[in-house]
Amino acid sequence: MSLSNEQVGRIARLSRLAISETEIDVTRTKLDGIFALIEQMQAVDTAGIEPMSHPQELATRLRDDVVTETDRRAAFQAIAPQTEAGLYLVPKVIE
Amino acid sequence: MSRSDWEVVIGLEVHAQLNTTSKIFSGSSIAFGAEPNVQASAVDIALPGVLPVLNRGVVERAIRLGLALGSHIAPKSVFARKNYFYPDLPKGYQISQFELPVVQGGTITILVGDGDKSYEKTVRLTRAHLEEDAGKSLHEDFHGMTGIDLNRAGTPLLEIVSEPDMRSSAEAVAYARALHALVRWIDICDGNMQEGSFRCDANVSVRKRGAEQFGTRREVKNLNSFRFLQQAIDYEVQWQIATIEDGGSIQQATVLFDPDTGETRMMRSKEDAHDYRYFPDPDLLPLVISPEWIARVRSEMPELPVAMKARFIAELGLSAYDATTLTASKEMASYYQATVDAAGAASAAQVPKLCANWVMGDLAARLNKAELDIAASPVTPAQLAGLVTRIADNTISNAIAKKVFEALWTGEGASADEIIDKQGLKQVTDSGAIEGLIDEVLAANQKSVEEFRAGKEKAFNALVGQVMKASKGKASPAQVNELLRKKLGG
Repeated sequence: MSLSNEQVGRIARLSRLAISETEIDVTRTKLDGIFALIEQMQAVDTAGIEPMSHPQELATRLRDDVVTETDRRAAFQAIAPQTEAGLYLVPKVIE
Repeated sequence: MSRSDWEVVIGLEVHAQLNTTSKIFSGSSIAFGAEPNVQASAVDIALPGVLPVLNRGVVERAIRLGLALGSHIAPKSVFARKNYFYPDLPKGYQISQFELPVVQGGTITILVGDGDKSYEKTVRLTRAHLEEDAGKSLHEDFHGMTGIDLNRAGTPLLEIVSEPDMRSSAEAVAYARALHALVRWIDICDGNMQEGSFRCDANVSVRKRGAEQFGTRREVKNLNSFRFLQQAIDYEVQWQIATIEDGGSIQQATVLFDPDTGETRMMRSKEDAHDYRYFPDPDLLPLVISPEWIARVRSEMPELPVAMKARFIAELGLSAYDATTLTASKEMASYYQATVDAAGAASAAQVPKLCANWVMGDLAARLNKAELDIAASPVTPAQLAGLVTRIADNTISNAIAKKVFEALWTGEGASADEIIDKQGLKQVTDSGAIEGLIDEVLAANQKSVEEFRAGKEKAFNALVGQVMKASKGKASPAQVNELLRKKLGG
């Protein structure tokens, strides 16, 4: 499988990565290399094998449903670039 | 082509906010209405190095839903990252479930329409999966910037996905209502739609009647009332039909419903649809649910609406329609049950049916008028039971019962007996007293008597009415009928 420059551009946009025209060919070649590896793995017959989501045979730990956190807004917002009325301010984002 | 040549296909996705104390992956409170960001911990705002730890209470609630819907509860399910960039989700992904959700399959039976025209339908569930909610973006008043409140980020949600089994907006609303009642019944979600605790997305498509393939669907997002759900689907259906009949075609898209115009408008088309690039979240191990855990949750479940409905039919002799209506909400069901219990169902066979009529009839109408929930009814189940008991033993007629009910509602007395006593409403059953009234009425209405003798049945009814009036409604119409006919030699 080989990607088109258009597909690389779309993936970059979804990942919020700025890739210039000159970088696009290099990136595509790298991604093609990754896909080649995936193709190699996909060639393995995995019929009847349960998909593995985690390498260790462990179950997730659970916590009791209790509130353990206290209000630390002031400390967190001290390192935020901009805040107002308790809100974090970010560049306008309307879809 | 006419509207009836088209078939509507609807599937719903419901986001039910779980009524836990803390968030799904952190120990922050999820209480509604707090100051911005005071319930946003290091995990919720995604500071580097933090790790999510799953809330046991969230899993318990998913198990409850699975048991209530007769679903398969996955012994092992997996959390996945749903990747997208938006500042209300500072991690850059939402933790959700993708390939292996915790609840799989299941069904729910819905009642569509009212009274004689109503019908039952079983809707299949696809799945229900656990995920975290995002924060809130506030777009106004910040000098061209967007304000972010992350209190809601990490609030636990169950996304409940149906199969495309609904064929009208009425069925979609009936399904949403049934699910809404169920999540409240099993106490996993408060169902508060204004606060966003229960929100619906509707996938709507149309196809020619008889077609095998589904049409292309459009998804209407974020409907937070049953009325909007109905309006949005109705608009979408007529828009899709009109578009196709005008020679156009439907493109897959996500749309928003505008309650002010009653119309839907495009949010994004398929071309710029997100590619979420799901993958298993390496921060979380698989969720393992043992059969013992499921058994324990099962033993703590309340009687479900389906079982209660069957019991009302089998043990109390109610009709299927009555039983379904009474089990439409937990509050109504417990009110009815308490009324029957207080009346003592064994006392008279018609008592459960009488209680049902009063709860669904006069009480429901009065509550509706006063815009009150049944849980806040000024007339208690015990008071209503007292009233029903006096109807059943013929102390009062139905007409007088309505008066007594109104008096109970306005608090003129603590019990039906007290009101009946104080206001002298006891039904007159002494035939001597009634005969006395009849004699007076006959003497004063000779004309009607002659008309009756001449064969006019209407005149008889007029005489019954006069006697009832003379008794101030306290005589039993059946008894008056019988005695009057005897008197007139009819």
